Formats: sequence, structure tokens, C-alpha cells
Amino acid sequence: MPVRHRKRRAGALPWLFLALPLLLLAVFTYIPVISMAWYSSTSWNGVSKRMPFVGAENYVEIFTRPQLFEVFLVSLYYVVAAFLQLGVALYFATLLSFRVRFGNLFKGLLFFPYLVNGVAIAFVFLYFFRPDGTLDSLLNFVGLSGHQWLGDPDTVNYSLAGVSVWRYTGLNFVLFLGAIQSIPSDLYEASDMDGATRWQQFRHIILPGIRPVVGLMSILALAGSLSVFEIPYIMTGGANGSRTFVIQTVDMAFRFDKVGLASAMAFVLLALVLLVTWVQRRLFPDDRSTTP
Amino acid sequence: MGKFRAGVAAAAVVLVAACGTDATDSGADGKIDGKITVLTNRTDLVDTKFKEYAEQFKQLHPDVEVVFEGITDYDNEVKIRMSTDNYGDVLLIPNSITSLSDLPDYFEPLGSVSELGQKYRFVTEKAFEDKVYGLAVTGNAFGFAYNKKVWAAAGVTAPPETPEDFLDALRDIKDKTDAVPLYTNYRNGWPLTQWQDARGSVSADPQVSNKMAADDSPWAEGKTQHTIDSLLFDVVANKLAEDDPLTTDWESSKSMIGTGQVATMMLGSWSITQLRAAAPNKDDIGYLPFPVQVDGKFHSAIAGDYKNGINIHSKNKDTARAWIDWFAEKSNFATAEGGISPLKDGPEPDTLADFTAAGVEYFEVDHAQDAVVTKIDDAAEIGLYEQTYRQGLVDAARGASGKSKQDVFDDLNTRWAEAKALVTK
Repeated sequence: MPVRHRKRRAGALPWLFLALPLLLLAVFTYIPVISMAWYSSTSWNGVSKRMPFVGAENYVEIFTRPQLFEVFLVSLYYVVAAFLQLGVALYFATLLSFRVRFGNLFKGLLFFPYLVNGVAIAFVFLYFFRPDGTLDSLLNFVGLSGHQWLGDPDTVNYSLAGVSVWRYTGLNFVLFLGAIQSIPSDLYEASDMDGATRWQQFRHIILPGIRPVVGLMSILALAGSLSVFEIPYIMTGGANGSRTFVIQTVDMAFRFDKVGLASAMAFVLLALVLLVTWVQRRLFPDDRSTTP
Repeated sequence: MGKFRAGVAAAAVVLVAACGTDATDSGADGKIDGKITVLTNRTDLVDTKFKEYAEQFKQLHPDVEVVFEGITDYDNEVKIRMSTDNYGDVLLIPNSITSLSDLPDYFEPLGSVSELGQKYRFVTEKAFEDKVYGLAVTGNAFGFAYNKKVWAAAGVTAPPETPEDFLDALRDIKDKTDAVPLYTNYRNGWPLTQWQDARGSVSADPQVSNKMAADDSPWAEGKTQHTIDSLLFDVVANKLAEDDPLTTDWESSKSMIGTGQVATMMLGSWSITQLRAAAPNKDDIGYLPFPVQVDGKFHSAIAGDYKNGINIHSKNKDTARAWIDWFAEKSNFATAEGGISPLKDGPEPDTLADFTAAGVEYFEVDHAQDAVVTKIDDAAEIGLYEQTYRQGLVDAARGASGKSKQDVFDDLNTRWAEAKALVTK
């Protein structure tokens, strides 16, 4: 082992390696965020070469118009759906972490929806939900009558949240499965010898073992629920009471030419997501198990 | 080997020559030559019809090369590209640029309104401070596309003259045929914006837009917006539209009206050619005026479609200008597409034969106050040419939002009045 190499000062070399990722990070993340911060203090219409500076006026407007926040009620559907989704994913991850017949097939089936492009999913479910579509035909087949799944304002958000669950369960499942499989197998063997049931194994070995991942997934699920966009935007365009905060922001920027206000709304959403994350970390710190 | 070298040399010469023209052509040398890039939304015609246009143009100006760039998501993509200098030499002015005061920053003025207005229609639509920035490629009238067979089967043969007659006709269609009487295309959204263009038919008044700029309650009973939106509301409230508006689909609606599954759709006359192409029998597709008569006559505003403008950063403005003039005057594009010619003395399109038969009178809306209307509209977040508020209207009409027609109109009036006070203070 040539020790003298290790002693040599690092110099510019690490920076050279870092240059490309840092450049990409700056160009595609920080510079756009900084320019958005600037837009949020103007009343720019998105096209004009003139960007009149208005200071904090956009933020004042956001916080003095309660109807801009009403759309977060729609996010509640997705929050509930997200925790349902975590439950389902955890259930299947636990089941499939044990030796199961056709285990790999089921793993593939569960993960598959996440691989499909969001736009394609939206179109598939548009046909699924339409009157006389797949879902209605199925219901008719078992003797139930059809329903306007997207047309009825009482069910539209359940339908959309359901699509979201279908899409993201696979991702949660894979991450849970990975975490579960990293638990040393001798723990299971030992507990088997002590006569532990599957439920006891789950409760006392698996759950504590994957706590950090569960915490992370919950934060992602909550943040995702606040910023739902793709599926409702393609399927309903936010019509019929399915407008989310991000759809509202996009409408503001591109339908009503209020790019300044929309940028401010984007920052408010960012702040909200950070706040939710912080609160959740305070309520459920997940590293307690590792500290004595 | 010798051949190869000659080829390289020739290529080099061409390159040098090309650079040469680029460098010297500031656009003001008056020569019609060199290469121009034309942006278009008609991706379907780029390799066929537009190639022929370029050939014809080349016969007049042999030193010109016209290159087309077809763009699918035209408005959005071009709007973003316009923040650079590179958005072609000739382009269709994106409709998403709603504030006319931004035009001079991006487009070359083509002439004054009065001067170009002698020859061309629609010159005020993309004009700012008496300067015209775009010439229309084609023009539209506005009304309902309908399936003649279905309407005849329901026993309706003459165009309805009042909103009540129109609703009765749709009721007959519902009772006597299997067709959806009127298809809103709610989910795609933009077809709902076509209703706004009926304002000319209702008012028969060229000042309709200017008056709205000075009106505190455009949705009050008896006014233009009220008449248009009431008809849409009543159609949906009487269950004369599709059952589940959230799952409509524009592409399939084109063939549905052709095959008679759908009887009527509110669309500009630009749609007739497309609907006929999708219909098993193209003669089944007809065109109805909006069911309001003023002084015993139907009216329709006519308006320009996309307008060709010149990139202010173009290096070849004279050629670009020659192309725009040629396209408007000589290409015959409007007539071929079933549209109204941008030339005042242009031919009548056969797509509007139904309008001619019904004695529909055409006129152009005055756009002097459009900038104010847009400002109020944006400030109020209503979106006269956006889908959101008419989707809300349809939701109210089918009982999905718990609001009555009056609630919706009161809300619109309040927001309009508040925004107007804010904008014109």
C-alpha cells in the first residue's frame, strides 16, 4: 500500500470531480429557484420584458385570500390515501419478505405500476372510470349498477386518490422490502426458536428495524399529498372540485398571466412542505432506537 | 479521391457563401433571398401542402429557401422560446400572448392599421398603437357544428331563431334519436372557450368588446355574456348534454358527430373541415348560427385565426415579409382550409354555405379596448377565453357544485366589477 499517496494533500482534485454535479445542481436547481424568488416579488405576466417590482405584495395577497388555501382540503383525500397506501405497501412487503410461492412474480406485479408513465396511467384510468368503462362493466357483471366516478363531485377525489395509491404503492413496497431484507436473518431464527408468531416478529423485529424508512416514507407521502399535480391535472384538469394547490398555481401562471403571484404560491408551498416535515420530525424522531 | 476533394471544396464554398449572406443580410437590404425559417402549428401539413407553398414561392423568388418547423404544442412551446432570440423568421403569434403592449418587443411592425386595413381583414386583432404586427392566415365564423341527419330525424330542419327554440330542438333530438343532443367537450376544456366567440352573434354589435371594458355587470340579465352562458347552462341543466362531462374526449368527438352519436357541438368554423374529414359522409356535417336574431337576421362575428408575424431578431426581414404577404394573398391557404380569406375581396369558403343560406351577416369586432378587457379578465381570474369558469358553469348546471345559475352570474359580476375598479383606477 503506497502510504505516501494517502498523505498527499487533496488539493483541487475532489473539486474537479464535484464540478460537474455541482454545476448541474446550480444550473437546474439553485439558479431557477433564485430567479423564481425574484419573479415572486414582481407582477410579471410571463411574457413581457418588463417586470414591475411589487415587493411583498404577492405574499400579502396569498395570505389575505383564504380561498387560495381552500384547495388544501382536496389534499386531505390524498393524505388519507397516502397512509392507506403505506399500510398496503408495508403489508405486502412483510408478506413477501417471508418465503412465499411465486414471490418474485408478486413483487413484479406490485412494482409494475410505478414503472408506467404518469400520463399513460391517467389515460388508462380515464377509460377505466368512464360510464360503461372497465369499472362499470365489472360492477355490472357482479350485479351492481354503474356510477359517474369522475363526474360525481362526491367521488371524484376518491377516484383520483385511488389512482395515486395504485401508482405509488409499488415504490413504497420496494423500499419497505429492501429495508426488511436488510434485517439480519438470525433475529428471525432466534425468535422462531422462542416460538414467536408472525405478528410478534413483525411487531418486535420488523417494525423497529425499518423505523427510519417508515418515517421517511411518511414525510414523502405527506409532502406528496400537498403537492399532487400530475394525475388530477391530466384526468380532470382540476375541474369538478378536484383542483389542488399546484394546479391552482399553474392556472394562475398560465391562464391568468400572474407568474409573479404563482411564483410566490410556489414558495408558500415549499415553506409548507418544510414546515410539515419539521413538525413530523419533532413529533416522531426516528433515530431514538439507535441512541442509548 | 479527386471527386471527394471537389465535393469538400464545393461544400466549403457553400458554407462560406451561406455565412456571407447571413452576415450581410441585416434584413433591410430590400433583397428577397436567403433562407427563412417558418414556425407553424400545422404539423400535419408541414411535409405536404407547405412544401408546395414553398415551391410556388420559390418560383417567384428563386434565391429563397423556406424551411418549416412544425410544432405540436405550439402556443406553449413558442411562448417559452420567445425569451430567446431564436424563434424563427416568420411565426404565428402565440395566442397566449394576451397583452398587446408586449407585441412591439417581439415582432416587427408590418404597417399601420388604416393602410393594411384597406386590403386585409382582422388587422386590429394583433395591433398595438395603430401598428399591425400580424396578418391572419385564415379566418373563422362562429356557430354550432351539427349532424344534419340527426337534426332532420328529430324533425328540425330550419335553424332555431331563439335560445328557447334551440332548447326545444335539442329536446326533440333527445326524445326522437339516440344521439347526445349537445356535446360540451368539458374535459378537454378548450372547446368550452369557443362559446365566448358567440358574443358577436348575440350582440350584432362591433363594439361588444369595447362595451364590456366599460361594463360593471356583463352577466346581468339581457346582456351578451348572460345570453351565451344561460344557453350553455340551460342545455346542461335540462340534461341535453353528455351524461358524464368529466370523461369527454375531443378526438373521438370528431367521429361521434360524423356518425350521429352526437348531434351538436359549439365550435368555430375552422372545425368544419376536420369534422367532415372524420365523418363517414361529409355532407352530414352542417353549420348552425347561434340562435339569436337581431333585426330579424342572424349575425356572426368573424375573427382571424393565428397571425403570421416577423421575429424582431430576424436576419432576413425582407424575405420574411415577402413570405407573409404572399401567404396571405396568393397561397389560397384559407380557402383550402375552409376558412374566411384574410383578404377583404377573398373568395367565400364552401364550408359556410349553410350560413349563406341562412342569411347570416358577418362583421368584425372592434378590438380597441381589448387590452383593458384582458387586464380586467386576468385580475378577476375569470378567463373569458379559458375553460375554468365555463366548467364551473357546467358543474353548477348539472347540480355538482350546489350553486344556482344566479349564484354563478352574481359571482362573475362581482369579480368583474371589483377587478375593473382595480384596473381602471
